[in-house]
Amino acid sequence: MKRYRHAASGILVPLAALAFWQLLSSQGWVNATILPSPMQVITKWWAYLLPLEVFDPAQGSYLKWCFSGELIQDAMGSLYRVLLGFFIGGGLALPLGLAMGYSRVVYGLFNPLIQVLRPIPPIAYIPLSILWFGLGNPPAVFLISIGAFFPVLMNTVAGVQNVDSIYLRVGRNLGASRFTQFTRIILPAATPYIFTGARIAMGTAFIVVIVSEMIAVNNGLGYRILEAREYLWSDKIIAGMFTIGLLGLGIDTVMSRLSSYLLKWHRGLEQG
Amino acid sequence: MNGSASHISIRGVHKVFQSGGADVHALKAIDLEIIQGEFVCLLGPSGCGKSTLLNAVAGFSPPSSGVIDVEGSAITAPGPDRGMVFQEYALFPWMTVEQNIAFGLEIKGTAKAAIQEKVASLLGMLHLEDFRKRYPKDLSGGMRQRVAIARVLALDSPIMLMDEPFGALDALTRRNLQDELLRLWMELKKTILFVTHSIEEALYLADRTVVMTYRPGTVKRDLRVDLPRPRDVASPAFNALKKELSQLLMEEQSRHNQDEFKGAAVD
Repeated sequence: MKRYRHAASGILVPLAALAFWQLLSSQGWVNATILPSPMQVITKWWAYLLPLEVFDPAQGSYLKWCFSGELIQDAMGSLYRVLLGFFIGGGLALPLGLAMGYSRVVYGLFNPLIQVLRPIPPIAYIPLSILWFGLGNPPAVFLISIGAFFPVLMNTVAGVQNVDSIYLRVGRNLGASRFTQFTRIILPAATPYIFTGARIAMGTAFIVVIVSEMIAVNNGLGYRILEAREYLWSDKIIAGMFTIGLLGLGIDTVMSRLSSYLLKWHRGLEQG
Repeated sequence: MNGSASHISIRGVHKVFQSGGADVHALKAIDLEIIQGEFVCLLGPSGCGKSTLLNAVAGFSPPSSGVIDVEGSAITAPGPDRGMVFQEYALFPWMTVEQNIAFGLEIKGTAKAAIQEKVASLLGMLHLEDFRKRYPKDLSGGMRQRVAIARVLALDSPIMLMDEPFGALDALTRRNLQDELLRLWMELKKTILFVTHSIEEALYLADRTVVMTYRPGTVKRDLRVDLPRPRDVASPAFNALKKELSQLLMEEQSRHNQDEFKGAAVD
């Protein structure tokens, strides 16, 4: 019962905000072109979600038709870029971070360069990325990779450096080789940090994908809301923004579920 | 087994640390001969170097000078022939109870079936069967220390080194684990070197109690405890020994306190 009451109270403020918004537009207090009513946004969102054409078996399967709506195509395009950039950036950062955390020599070699490059926001690479890769997916994926690279790198380095020395002593006492120490002790001990880094990286990747689509790609959620502005379709802009929010929430939920499953041994995650 | 020859031989061991630019003489001229199957407690106030000595025997930090032989050969590095139980339990939190126990055997390259058999017998021996799939975070302190002991026993090492293993436990759990340890020791005939700052614990467990002085750590008294087991902590004989050791320890504790008041580094 308590749980339901909790949920009910959580829905109160959003409902009030929605009602206020509806009031604003239905009373004509604001221009509908600037702020369309919630109903108008939902209608637009539904139209955006549905397939553009009537189902035609000659064009392919029913499932394919279901996913042919503009919104789904945009969301899948954005998600594809996010994942590709995340795995390239994170995939490069992870081995480098492990090496930097483990070896002082490697740390000494790479850290100065990293510290100089790290404060440059991924957005600042836009001109260069277009110059190097032109338009389309490559510059977007490049920017997202940069956004995902540094959080994974910094957290992996910290994770390896902060492995409690008692575990290493136990490992030596049990006769573990350096390789076993690394794979069975250092790596698992660093995973909570690495997961934190991956979650931050995913958030950054999601910000960068929207920006890069506004500039270098001609599909995706970021592109779509900028396009809608040119036609003054404010309802579509807001519908697109909500879609971005939902997709971001979905990604973060998956990441946090995954990490609490993989780190179920970890003390700090008991409350999930 | 060579019953009378030294199992662990510590001869002329010194240990000097650098601390804040000054030399700290942690161990000075330590000589100890420990025979096969003997249960020896190192007893002293903090800063007496008892853990330093244990770590030197474990091979974690070699002595500045002097020799430590185990079974006749000098030790140079940590190894599974000298299994160590730490005060902080130091279980791997990402491994379940049975994975923790099996880890040392996996490192050794023991066959899977043999590992399973050994782990099952240790789980039984330490009453851990119901907890085999649990992670350390879900265990009480006493249970964790049982796992840590099982992890060391899995190695079949002839020597067990124990660094205040029961220091963080409540009194009842502590006594319970002490009894458990004595049972295992009698059954498995291990040589045990056990660090504690509890007089009662030392007298309850040990064949020999070595009282150490406060900095520099030397052997102040090497006391043979000949009371029959199980020992009655309320008996007059036990209390006479306790009083004797209290007196010795008090002298060292007051030297430790003086140092502390002077603001010297104390570990």
